[in-house]
Amino acid sequence: MTDTENPAAIVVEDVRKAYGDLNAVDGVSLTVAEGEFFGILGPNGAGKTTTLEIIEGLREPDSGSVRLLGESPWPRNVALLPRIGVQLQATAFFEKLTAREQLRTFAALYRVSADRADEMLELVGLTDKADTREDKLSGGQRQRLSIACALIHDPDVVFLDEPTAALDPQARRNLWDVLRAIQERGKTILYTTHYLDEAEILCDRVAIMDRGRILAMDAPATLVRGLDAPTRVILERGSLSTVDAEELPGADDVTDDELSLTISTRKPADVLSALAERRALAGLQVRTATLEDVFLDLTGREYRA
Amino acid sequence: MTAFKSLASAMVKIFYRDKATLFFTFVFPLMFLVVFGLLFRDAGTSKTEIGVVGDGPVIVGLEQTGALDLKRFDSVDEAVQQVRDGDLPAMVAQDGDDVTYRFAQSDQTQAGVLSGIVTGVVSHVNQAATGEEPRYVLNAANVEDSSLKPIQYITPGIMSWGVAVTAVFGAALTLVSWRKKQVLRRIRLAPVPATTVLSARVVVTVGVAIVQALVFIGVGVLPLFGLRLTGTWWLAIPVFLLGILAFFAIGMLVGAFCKTEEAATGAANIVVLPMAFLSGTFFPIDQAPSWMQSVSNVFPLRHMNDGIMDFLVRGQGPSALVVPCLVLTGFVLVVGTIAAKVFQWEDD
Ligand SMILES: Nc1ncnc2c1ncn2[C@@H]1O[C@H](COP(=O)(O)OP(=O)(O)OP(=O)(O)O)[C@@H](O)[C@H]1O
Ligand SMILES: [Mg+2]
Repeated sequence: MTDTENPAAIVVEDVRKAYGDLNAVDGVSLTVAEGEFFGILGPNGAGKTTTLEIIEGLREPDSGSVRLLGESPWPRNVALLPRIGVQLQATAFFEKLTAREQLRTFAALYRVSADRADEMLELVGLTDKADTREDKLSGGQRQRLSIACALIHDPDVVFLDEPTAALDPQARRNLWDVLRAIQERGKTILYTTHYLDEAEILCDRVAIMDRGRILAMDAPATLVRGLDAPTRVILERGSLSTVDAEELPGADDVTDDELSLTISTRKPADVLSALAERRALAGLQVRTATLEDVFLDLTGREYRA
Repeated sequence: MTAFKSLASAMVKIFYRDKATLFFTFVFPLMFLVVFGLLFRDAGTSKTEIGVVGDGPVIVGLEQTGALDLKRFDSVDEAVQQVRDGDLPAMVAQDGDDVTYRFAQSDQTQAGVLSGIVTGVVSHVNQAATGEEPRYVLNAANVEDSSLKPIQYITPGIMSWGVAVTAVFGAALTLVSWRKKQVLRRIRLAPVPATTVLSARVVVTVGVAIVQALVFIGVGVLPLFGLRLTGTWWLAIPVFLLGILAFFAIGMLVGAFCKTEEAATGAANIVVLPMAFLSGTFFPIDQAPSWMQSVSNVFPLRHMNDGIMDFLVRGQGPSALVVPCLVLTGFVLVVGTIAAKVFQWEDD
């Protein structure tokens, strides 16, 4: 998807934001086309939330420019607000109100019909929690309510900050369907996640961010291909000796541990047919590179605060 | 529903679903009202009770003064015993032409007052017995004085205080808790002007204050307490409303500076409590030392209290509106402007 096909919904140019000595966002530029599903990935503290909030108009960048639907979101641009829907990373609700009352209040703030409240409850699967107060909802239910609040006025651009964090597998897949349906109606989605498999499935393009900078930005499949990583063929330990494995046609490297034997190869077809000939297929798994490999390759494996 | 209505209705629900808020809004001030109302109910108005024996003209005369309650005994000894026991301050017995008067000396002021009354009645009866017109006629009538029955100042005092607390806490805590919980941030992302949020909060605060006023006055006028409103009570309304706005502005200022609910509660108390003690909430300010009266003039609560009392129970005319209204309007404008300047959607 390129800018020539579609007008840009979001254009960010060399945005910077520092908190004291820390460059939370350090020269980010990105363009999201209308109708695009765009993901921002990155380790904790990479600057994803800060970037999102600058685009939403909640924070003022130190420098650089942001155009959201052709307008500047800062200072608070009331004309723009009905067209964007935001789910903040930390859920924000009116205390003591029930799920339905929260949604009705937001419906009124956005001047849409109160009936939308029940539609949204249905959409995120909270119909039977309609009369439960905000503080009695579980973490995942709060998260879903927060997403419902972001979508209540059917915005053109949807910002979701880790919407699937805290969701159970069913709720996650349900939300994927909801988001795909939104995209199919031509809406633009900008979201962050730590689930790389999810980003790979949902996003047209992703940006991988670390320490306030974008390290890579492209379609997930393109990024994975660009990594040029070998395929790994994994077998149950003992089904083949290490020496035999190394002599297989196409095998580049062999490692083993207590449970399994891993053969790295760039010619997986050759390795697999050789294994089939020897009837050594016990516990066979084939792993090709994923977005996770790209992510770890770019951001490193060491753990940091 | 409009944004304004939905925010106001959310605020009302948040208000009445919080038991602690309900308690401090209604029950707590009401406790003060009831306790002070009962404590001071009879102060300065109660009649002294004395024992009497017989029913001669002196006894009838004592009854007619209206200044004493009479407790009847069958024998002189019985009545004297009660005086001796300290249960009654004095006794009077009339047996034919003999009038006996015995009194306790422990309370000298009371003994003096009682002796005066009894002596006066006996002289009056003596003079009447001569059948002549009295030579000196006393013209006596009571004068409206500015000192009030306790319930008359307790009710407006507690009402101003209770309403001020509601306004300060309502504004400060909503601001702090909504900022802390990111509700303000979320509202900021919706197409609503900040003034809509603000006016919804003001209207809800005024509504709660009106309910408070009705409850406090309603309890005050119960026969048990005997509050009486004067004909100009409705002139208190502008003072009441301006007072709420002044305290709301103070609450906004407190809310702008405090990061947590605990800090806001503490700060709001520091602002309101001294004011309550120095502005005549719990006792009439004209009984306070003069330095305190001057100091209390800087407090909006003093002017709100005075203004409301002037109309609710003192029956003053519209000219008494000028000072409290000017002072309170000044507070609203100055404090409100500062509060608007330092307002923040979120902590940075
Ligand atoms: N208000 C603030 N004041 C000071 N530093 C901040 C503030 N907000 C964020 N930061 C810092 O900026 C950096 C980027 O934070 P940000 O919230 O954008 O990260 P993130 O990528 O969203 O992380 P996560 O995956 O944990 O949500 C972090 O190091 C954080 O400590
Ligand atoms: Mg974040």
